[in-house]
Amino acid sequence: MPYLYNTAEDQTAMLAAIGVASLDELFAMIPAELRLKRELDIPPALTEIELTDHMTQLAAKNAHAGSKVCFLGGGSYDHFVPAVVDEIAGRGEFYTSYTPYQAEVSQGNLQVVFEYQTLIARLTGLDVSNASLYDGGSAAAEAVLMAVSSTGRYGKVVVPASLHPEYRQTIATYLLNLGVELVTVGTPSGVVNPKDLAAAVDDTTACILIQQPNFFGCIEDADALAKIAHDAGALVVAAFDPISLGLLKRPGDWGADIAIAEGHTLGTPMQYGGPYLGIMACREKLVRRMPGRIAGQTVDRRGKRCFVLTMQTREQHIRREKATSNVCTNQGLFALRATIYLALLGPEGLRETANLCLQKSRYAAERLCENKRFEPAFDAPTLKEFVIRDRQGRVDELLADALDAGFLAGVPLGQWYPELDDCFLVAVTEKRTKQEIDALVHALAKSQHPAATEPVYAK
Amino acid sequence: MRNSRDTKLLFELSDKGCRAHRLPKCDVPERSVAELLPNSALADWPPALPELSEPQVVRHFANLSQLNMSVDTHFYPLGSCTMKYNPKRNERIARMPGFAELHPHQPEETLQGMLQLLYELQQYLQEISGLDTCSLQPAAGAHGELTALLVAAAYFRDLGEKRTKVLVPDSAHGTNPASATMAGFDSVTVKTLPSGSVDMDDLRAKLDDQIAVFMITNPNTVGIFEPNMSEIADAVHARGGLVYLDGANMNAILGIARPGDFGADMQHYNPHKTFSGPHGGGGPGAGPICVINKLAPYLPTPVVVRERSEVRGQRSEKDTDTSAPTSDLRPPTPSFRYRLDYDRPKSIGRVRAFFGNTGVLVRAYSYIRTHGPDGLRRVSENAVLNANYLLSRVKHFLPVPQGDRCMHEFVASAAKLKAEKGVSAMDLAKRLLDYGFHAPTVYFPLTVKEAIMVEPTETESKQTLDAFAETLFRVIEEDAGLLHDAPHTTPISRPDEVQAARQPVLVWPE
Repeated sequence: MPYLYNTAEDQTAMLAAIGVASLDELFAMIPAELRLKRELDIPPALTEIELTDHMTQLAAKNAHAGSKVCFLGGGSYDHFVPAVVDEIAGRGEFYTSYTPYQAEVSQGNLQVVFEYQTLIARLTGLDVSNASLYDGGSAAAEAVLMAVSSTGRYGKVVVPASLHPEYRQTIATYLLNLGVELVTVGTPSGVVNPKDLAAAVDDTTACILIQQPNFFGCIEDADALAKIAHDAGALVVAAFDPISLGLLKRPGDWGADIAIAEGHTLGTPMQYGGPYLGIMACREKLVRRMPGRIAGQTVDRRGKRCFVLTMQTREQHIRREKATSNVCTNQGLFALRATIYLALLGPEGLRETANLCLQKSRYAAERLCENKRFEPAFDAPTLKEFVIRDRQGRVDELLADALDAGFLAGVPLGQWYPELDDCFLVAVTEKRTKQEIDALVHALAKSQHPAATEPVYAK
Repeated sequence: MRNSRDTKLLFELSDKGCRAHRLPKCDVPERSVAELLPNSALADWPPALPELSEPQVVRHFANLSQLNMSVDTHFYPLGSCTMKYNPKRNERIARMPGFAELHPHQPEETLQGMLQLLYELQQYLQEISGLDTCSLQPAAGAHGELTALLVAAAYFRDLGEKRTKVLVPDSAHGTNPASATMAGFDSVTVKTLPSGSVDMDDLRAKLDDQIAVFMITNPNTVGIFEPNMSEIADAVHARGGLVYLDGANMNAILGIARPGDFGADMQHYNPHKTFSGPHGGGGPGAGPICVINKLAPYLPTPVVVRERSEVRGQRSEKDTDTSAPTSDLRPPTPSFRYRLDYDRPKSIGRVRAFFGNTGVLVRAYSYIRTHGPDGLRRVSENAVLNANYLLSRVKHFLPVPQGDRCMHEFVASAAKLKAEKGVSAMDLAKRLLDYGFHAPTVYFPLTVKEAIMVEPTETESKQTLDAFAETLFRVIEEDAGLLHDAPHTTPISRPDEVQAARQPVLVWPE
């Protein structure tokens, strides 16, 4: 076995020192009738060469963002990851260490967490950040639980249909046994109508959760929505896209009390949806209710600045059933990647990245809609992604044809929104070129099926 | 070599106008942002991020990395965390674009390799646990606990039973009671005996018809296999309750005993422990769960299923979902199609967005395929051998209340040392750092006074274990004052944790 050190002589010596005759005897404390009396029924061992070959073959059965041009969004995006991120995060001193409980030999990780918290606080315009949660979806659910416990309002939580459907599903699962109602406000125009929200929010509402830009890529009137919640004494949870904050107002500046995000866009590859980075920041008054680890600055015995995990009395290993959350392992490695990524981009780099997404996605939307088969599904302004309606209602065939032409062209929305089954979501990151966008437009124009009604083209 | 200069913060290094990453010029007709987005949504100024050059960024983080102990550089006997070697081959495999560059919303036909891998991993985990069905969705062990408890709640709701309580031994990980609360249950503590086993009298006294789940860690956190396991499972089942196995300690029993065979109805795995996914300075992990058949309908959606699709255009014959016997793991042929099954009407729903922590699962799959059945059993045999060997050396100078044998870890106690010499478990832990060893877990489990929890793992040599034992012996003999002030040679000395908590400084001021 490749990762074992003990030689046969070592084993013999060790067994003798223990005072047993065989390895088997070491397991005597497991009652015989509970022991497995056969080998596990799993495939035989592979050497490194065989394993690499096998995995290469499995990987080759997948199309990916390197083999197809990726216009997929909906919470995961093909952003560029600078080489420095991979090289630094690939250092064993980072990725083979564990939770920095021993601060004296974990100052690297602890300082990174402190820097990460500072970056997230500055990005969101909020006072504090934790050290990370699992992903955007579970961070949304944790934020909702935090809002419920800190307001003491166990009545309901209000979210719009324009919030990521999988985040809504996650929140629903987390609330299943807690007696809190999850109310969903419809968004037929692609954004929340303040009147609809106002009708749903009352003095039993713990919080609203507004995604900005929302799942459809649209910009919400966030200030107005936040005011409605605050007027009713409810908290405001924001779900944001970190890249968008190169241009958009910070959640804390439009009224968010808690902000959460899927942070994989900050330097972590898409890797089929995980592991990702759950970001969470909040106002100072809520910090004692915050889930997850937090690092803080202090001094050592010689008066030297250093960092430790702090405020641990919120956490499960101290408070057990009274903890703010059960979260233990988090996403430290991706908090590191986000910290490196933001350090590399700086304010201008983040602004330019967001602007490239904006310019290119608007260009793509307009070019696509030159084809009369397509129209924007919503009127609201968008930043990085947008929803296109196929007037022929043949989204599946269209996307399949685009795939044959080399494009992961869009995410069909019918799976979550039956009323939008003629629509698909297109995301354009800073990596996409005009040439790729033009080629996508061309490929979609070529998708024709005999049964379809006569398509009308602009050109 | 470690840089002896102080490591400044990114924000202190920032120099206005510095720039690392550069972006391409906009190649589409550019319009003003004000024309494209409503003014009310726009920021007044760019985010206050530091400004640095690329070489500065690299040196900053490279120097920070050298302030960490890690498995690559040090023996890391952190009990309950299974800090084993993280194979480099798995890192390279996980970075293959065919795994790393997959979008979670790609169509299934473009994901057949990934779905095959995930399907097979479901099968392996079922076989190793002796349970019937698997969900790979949870993101960490604690997340797996929560998911399984939500599954249990859904099961009892479906039966029309209102059960409100979850029993948790006092030696359990803190995540167990915390997960119970999050799932809407009342957590009830069951006592354990000094030997670490469940106090059967206390268990019987607390078992009633309100019990939904008994959560047990086996081997337990003291490192022994629960002697009354069958009795406990029978007692819980007799009351209609379910037995949950906290799988944190699976490294002790791979191919040797299976939770499903010793009475568990559900369990989670920690692939970042048992199957060598690197711990990443605090994550990522993953928390796949396996359950018995009657709980399968309630698992999160989606799960990966395999179908035979011999004849194109015909309705394919559905394989028996994920619970197919593992003997059915024939080599992949083009006649199989893998797909995500969302049609699970009794499912609890989702516990996160997207499929799961697949990057961790790819590594776990690689690890299991590298070992095979014989290799996995030998992993556990050597993990247990190493732990017992270390126990046999340590017990002569540091009492191990549980006795002469353990599974993959043991818990020593510094209580006597503290009484006689004023040296605490924390003092020993800190002094070990000076000698180049990561400290064991201390003050856990809560049931052992001045606990020192040592888990060497199977990837350490006898030589390393000898050196550790000798160092621990030497440390105990050292002057108490030296230990109180330890560590002496690390980048910092003991931090003032009271100040950190009383006057929290959680961000660097702008």
